[in-house]
Amino acid sequence: MSTPSVVSAPLLKIDPARETERIVAAVRDIVFNQLKRKGAVLGVSGGIDSSVVAYLCVRALGKERVLALFTPETDSSSDSLRLGRLVAGTLGVRSVLEDISPILKGARCYERRDAAIKSVIPEFEPSYKSKIVLPNLLHGNRYAIFSVVVQSPQGVITRARLTMEAYLGIVAATDFKQRARKMMEYYYADLNQYAVAGTPNRLEYDQGFFVKNGDGAADLKPIAHLYKSQVYQLAAYLGVPEEIQRRPPTTDTYSLEQSQEEFYFTLSLEKMDYCLYGRNNGISAAEIAPLAGLEVAQVERAYSMIDAKRKVARYLHAAPLLVEQTVL
Amino acid sequence: MQRTEIVQRLRGFIIENYLFGQDGGLKDTDSFLEKGIIDSTGVLELVAHLQESFGINVEDEELTPDNLDSISNVTSYLARKLNLSEAPAVPSGAQNLMEKRS
Repeated sequence: MSTPSVVSAPLLKIDPARETERIVAAVRDIVFNQLKRKGAVLGVSGGIDSSVVAYLCVRALGKERVLALFTPETDSSSDSLRLGRLVAGTLGVRSVLEDISPILKGARCYERRDAAIKSVIPEFEPSYKSKIVLPNLLHGNRYAIFSVVVQSPQGVITRARLTMEAYLGIVAATDFKQRARKMMEYYYADLNQYAVAGTPNRLEYDQGFFVKNGDGAADLKPIAHLYKSQVYQLAAYLGVPEEIQRRPPTTDTYSLEQSQEEFYFTLSLEKMDYCLYGRNNGISAAEIAPLAGLEVAQVERAYSMIDAKRKVARYLHAAPLLVEQTVL
Repeated sequence: MQRTEIVQRLRGFIIENYLFGQDGGLKDTDSFLEKGIIDSTGVLELVAHLQESFGINVEDEELTPDNLDSISNVTSYLARKLNLSEAPAVPSGAQNLMEKRS
């Protein structure tokens, strides 16, 4: 049985000054001493996670040793580039704009994705906007099965449950985006002898909300141990622009606006924070439920979902497996 | 079609598709999710198989572990969808359906 004192404490509260100091020291050691690189490059999306990592890297390495990369593509929100530039400008770091749309067109990313959507919504045309969504976990004990939602230029919205072929087709095609971005990050890392800083938070890292060899690839991940609400605490402490702190997290991967909740977590990030914390610390569903604003059965379902996603994430985290260990 | 036939066909599909031909002592009541046999993508594959091989339409509200998380659960679900009685007798509608599919 868990101790009531654990759950009665402000579960996810951190000392942002101390945590910043800890991360900054670690980043400096990793980049300079362990990796022997001269600085860090990172993709800055205008979201809370990459903004916080940018601020931490500047504190750790100095603004002259941090390079911010903007990699918009056809489906990106214009806000992403604007807010990314706001971060780079505020910090005074060098930045580079690389539109990855031509790379994606060359890889037939959009064409392959659209063909997969068309297989379940025949009237779909490339001029439509689209996204894939999960049902909310609160809607009963159902499997989280993706649907695709499309919007015609006239604003007509159509939704269809995905077949396995369509789901895999859409995901495999859109994964080109994260991999193209990472390719550009490593180009600039090689060019400058820099390390690539990844920007996942704990929910994403733990639950496998990343593309293998895409946004999952990096040389260091400075905030992968922090729950989402802790990232917000650091953002406030570090002085990340208010507009970024208030911006709802999105995937910025699909042309229709898509929350991370409907794409992956099926619960709000705040509720997911509580559930993941509870699961990690052996706290019962009954104790977490009132804190998360959920029913006990819903927390139990969240715990099951967390376990299931972790199993899937093992493959995503796995390094290449060898038949025989070699000396390095 | 009898329940035993459903069980046999489901076992064959699960073992071939998710266990790569090795049944590993799989019991009919084993939870696919708890045993790590099927993830959310695997559920999509199972649904496609049920729709194609058994001629049913799996509705959104039927996508639950109660219906799909073990061979026993799927068998009971299919029996309801195909209007099979608990007795081994084969309803003519289901039999015709299966004959068309085979």
